[in-house]
Amino acid sequence: MYQVIAEVLSNKNITLNYFKITLNAPEICQDAQPGQFVHVKVTAGYAPLLRRPFSIHDTRDENLEILYQVVGEGTAFLSQKEKGEKLDLLGPLGQGFESKENFRKVILVAGGIGVAPLYFLAKRLLNHDSKISDQAPLKSCHPKIIVLLGAGIRKQILCAQDFKNLGATVKIATEDGSWGYKGLVSDFLAETLLPYSKPDLVFACGPLPMLKKIAQLSRKYRLSSQVSLEQRMGCGIGACLGCVVTSPEGYLRVCKDGPVFRVNQILWERL
Amino acid sequence: MNPNLKIKLGRISLKNPVLAASGTFGYGEDYSRFIDLNQLGGIITKTVTLEPKEGNRPPRLAETPSGLLNSIGLENPGLKVFLREKLPFLQQFNTALVVNIAGEKEEEYLRLAERLDRVKGIDALEINISCPNVKTGGLIFGTKPRLVFSLVKRIREVTDIPLITKLTPNVTDIAEIAQAAEEAGTEALSLINTLVGMAIDVETRKPKLGNVTGGLSGPAIRPIAIRMVRQTFQKVNLPLIGVGGIMTAEDALEFILAGASAVAIGTANFIDPKTMIKVRDGIREYLRQNNIGEFKDLIGWLNLD
Repeated sequence: MYQVIAEVLSNKNITLNYFKITLNAPEICQDAQPGQFVHVKVTAGYAPLLRRPFSIHDTRDENLEILYQVVGEGTAFLSQKEKGEKLDLLGPLGQGFESKENFRKVILVAGGIGVAPLYFLAKRLLNHDSKISDQAPLKSCHPKIIVLLGAGIRKQILCAQDFKNLGATVKIATEDGSWGYKGLVSDFLAETLLPYSKPDLVFACGPLPMLKKIAQLSRKYRLSSQVSLEQRMGCGIGACLGCVVTSPEGYLRVCKDGPVFRVNQILWERL
Repeated sequence: MNPNLKIKLGRISLKNPVLAASGTFGYGEDYSRFIDLNQLGGIITKTVTLEPKEGNRPPRLAETPSGLLNSIGLENPGLKVFLREKLPFLQQFNTALVVNIAGEKEEEYLRLAERLDRVKGIDALEINISCPNVKTGGLIFGTKPRLVFSLVKRIREVTDIPLITKLTPNVTDIAEIAQAAEEAGTEALSLINTLVGMAIDVETRKPKLGNVTGGLSGPAIRPIAIRMVRQTFQKVNLPLIGVGGIMTAEDALEFILAGASAVAIGTANFIDPKTMIKVRDGIREYLRQNNIGEFKDLIGWLNLD
């Protein structure tokens, strides 16, 4: 966990209101795990007052990438940052995704901008990462990674080629049917994949209704699933207790106990 | 010249006048990853209650212009867990340790004070009679001078630990409450706690907080806090800890000129964990530039000409 002043190396508008910002943040990159986030001060002043949390999209050597969608005041400020500007970051924060060692088949489900943390995860799972390949190789069999990307329309599907380049199988769902399955990505999962073959693990990030559906499916098929949640955050480091969600044992902090939770850790009807 | 930042709040000695405000700093562990806690004048813990408290339903935070609304609801693990798991960590540091306590009934405050009286390394108790986010206790005590007097006096009788009473701004005359606490024997006063506020999402037509209302903090409330510190400074002879939207050393200096002997920093920690260190350094620099050798000489130095 560090507080660093990171230089903006690039900040590109990828498509529609989606951007990718690359920051030089060696310490954070060194420690970052898939599913963790950085807490970013997007302006020098008090509007907006609080930092904004963003999941880590990728790390390349010393460079940290954040994939984000402009949805409000904070992200609008972030989108205006130019090469050479500096940003104050806290990170890497929170608990990321956990993977069992001997998996054979894993499904990653992304709804919209929820794809952001899953690329970093896929990269680690498929061993495309210097830090892991330095160590003893994982099991000799290659795991099968299926990535389901869902969005409203074709142009909102992000990173499809990036996942293919990693060696993952990519399947698409769009609500208007302009690419792949017509409908919600969670319905696609329910109708075309789960009835035929059970994955060892499901990892998901996306809008709340999608995550609720995945929690339901996980109960039905007894899947071990992990989801990344979002909540308005204060400190981002576990002190203020502002970002809690309800679990059977009481409140959990999204910033410190999460943002990645096992589906059975959450009382979904209370979200 | 190296100005002397040491300050005494009654019997409470601080090596510098900058403290962490209750409720924003947990029990110190999370922030110790980002700053050296030995650099702080003091740490005021998150409120401890006799029994564990679950807190309010989420969402618990809403951002407002230059402000933050919260409705945490005093979530804490209770006295037993605090003593066993949180206190030993805090006792390692060379900084004043203030334990903030709250209860629903007078008896609960008394039992907390009695138990904490036997613990080493606690420099003061801060009596929370100003939390706007719990239905019983908290704020109820803090708005009536008679109840404040009775509560502080009874706590005074069960412990020798210096007492700091934390005042609510949600009253007509804060100085009147301050005087009641003074008569009852409080060592110092902290002011202000958050202002009761509310925000609504017009799309869903729902309140932005699960608890409907919450406490407003941040720079938005600072002018009110400054006014209340000044008002109280004129009416009581107690050291005051100024709290309310301090983001910079300049903000802290405003409180000190208005009459505060120390400051506590809350919401700003979320935005920059190094705020307290920067504020301390900034106060020292101001004293140096103005050739003031003793921090305490600056307290209440308001120029009204």
